This record gives sequence, C-alpha cells and structure tokens, in this order.
Amino acid sequence: MKKVNVGKKILSENEKYAFENVLFFRKHRKLCLNMISSPGSGKTTILTRTICDLKDRIKIGVIEGDIQTDIDAERIRLTKAPVVQINTDGACHLSAAQVSAALKELPVKDLDLIFVENVGNLVCPSDFDLGEHGKIVVLSVAEGDDKPAKYPAIFAKSKALLINKIDLLEGGRVDFDIERAKTDARRLNKGIEIFTISAKTGEGMNDWYDWLTQSVEKL
Amino acid sequence: MHEAMVAQSLLATISQEAAKHNAKPVGARISCGKLSAVNDEALSFAFDALAKDTLCEGMKLTIEQKPLQARCRTCSEVFDVEFAKPKCSKCGSEDFDLLPDAALVLEEIEFQTD
Repeated sequence: MKKVNVGKKILSENEKYAFENVLFFRKHRKLCLNMISSPGSGKTTILTRTICDLKDRIKIGVIEGDIQTDIDAERIRLTKAPVVQINTDGACHLSAAQVSAALKELPVKDLDLIFVENVGNLVCPSDFDLGEHGKIVVLSVAEGDDKPAKYPAIFAKSKALLINKIDLLEGGRVDFDIERAKTDARRLNKGIEIFTISAKTGEGMNDWYDWLTQSVEKL
Repeated sequence: MHEAMVAQSLLATISQEAAKHNAKPVGARISCGKLSAVNDEALSFAFDALAKDTLCEGMKLTIEQKPLQARCRTCSEVFDVEFAKPKCSKCGSEDFDLLPDAALVLEEIEFQTD
C-alpha cells in the first residue's frame, strides 16, 4: 500500500465560481443576500412585500431557485422587479455557477440589491457559498422554536434571522417561544441580527427595511 | 441530500490522481468541518454506486470530522466549540467569534502496490 497526500478541496469547482461572483459584486458595487429556509416559511412573500415597500429607496432584483416551476418568479414579476428563475431539476441547493449564469440575465447596473432565493431546504444550501455578502435565514413560527438548536449550521452561518408569520402567535394558535429561538440562534452566532416579522400584516418589517437600507449604504 | 454531487466530484478528483500515479486506489481519507451538511453514510453509499465498474470500485472512504473552532472575545483563546454548551475553554466566557468551518477536503489516497 502506498499513501499519497492530496489536500484538495472537494467543492473547489463551486468555490471557483463563488469567487467569480464575489469579484462581480465588488466590481459593480452591488449587495447580494442569499435567502435560505425550509419550504413554506414565507421567503417569496417577504421578498414581494420588501420590494414593494422599498421601491422608492432600494432597487431590488431577484434570482429564484426552485426544483421545478416558475411560480415564485411569476409572483416576483407582479412587483415589476427583475427576476431570473433557476430550476435545479431535483438538486437541493443552488450552485455558484448557476448564480453566475443568472447574473448575466439581470439588469445589474440598475439595481442596488440582489436577493437569491435559494431552494427551500434548511440543510444543503448552507454548504454552498454563492459569493454572496451574507446569508439570511428565515424561520416561520409554524416550524417550531427548536429549529435553531436542531439545524445549527445555517443559523451559525447567517448574518440575519427573520422569524416570520408572528401573526400566527395571536390567540395561541401556534406555540413558539421567540426567546428560546433567539437564544439558540445566538449561542453559536453572537452577531446575528434577528427580526420578528409578519410579511402578511407588515408587523416588524420596518426594522428589517432599515437594516437592509443601511447594508446597501455601507457597501 | 447533496452527497451524490459531492461523491461525483470526489470520484473525479480521485480518478485524476489515480491516472497521475498509475495505480489502483483502494482507500481515501476525507475531512470536513462540523457544520458541514455531509453525512458519512450517504456519501459512502453514493460513492459506491458511482464508482461501480470504474477503477475506484470497492474503495473504502474514511471521513474525519474536524472540530468547529472559535476565538474568545475576552481572552483571545482559540478553542474547540462544544455545541451543547459553547464557552471558552480557558476563561469560560460565552462571548466568542466562530472561525470559518473546515472545508471538505480530500486529504489522502491509498493506492495498491504490486
């Protein structure tokens, strides 16, 4: 038997494209945020509301990732924001190469901020850097307050956490201990920004908008 | 869930190395960070399936998990993070910054020799 040291990164192909994307965002001075959550947490609703409410402050474009269909892109299109749909045909995450190709189809120079809405999945997308400035994790209260403890990786790697659908907490229709979720999310990630919102009623959205606006200005 | 893609990429890298060394690979050691979403069993299963009828068929994969590290904001100590109760191993502070999680790396290949 002969042992040979290799020391090669296995996902180097993705990293190569992610780095290209980093350079692209730097060159064009555009903010890119990668939105990750379980299916059904409300990512698209958050985006459509954010785009409409901020239309006079920030110009937003969207890259939509889904296994199938352009249902989400269609919803974004109704807001008049530019959108590119990627179908992964079964893959559980977006790759940096897919985002790189999609960026060529967006009118990037007219935008301030590019949101990537990743495939609904709380696990796999966290392993694939897209060259973004930060990850935004969305957790809806219906999913349960134990998710930051159970899926630590994505909460540890995210810049911000949006706890969505807080309108469901009224009248005790859903049990969700916001403090528990916050404590667990901060256990590994002291700097994570946390917003409790309802994209349906608009509650709590202003703090999120201020943070987004500041993030664009700081770039 | 994306282990098949990782296995594909791993198989390609090992095949290249095997061609370079002109030898049959029998084992490989892989390392990954603790936050990595790669499951040992799923990766080995996917690799076995993809490696069938190739030079890599029957290879044994060993996957080693590297600890997640953090730097204490109080005393600057770098320590391994215990997920259940993360705190500085030197001063006990819970105020720390995570260091980047280790990447998924093909560390070593074992080749058959005649």
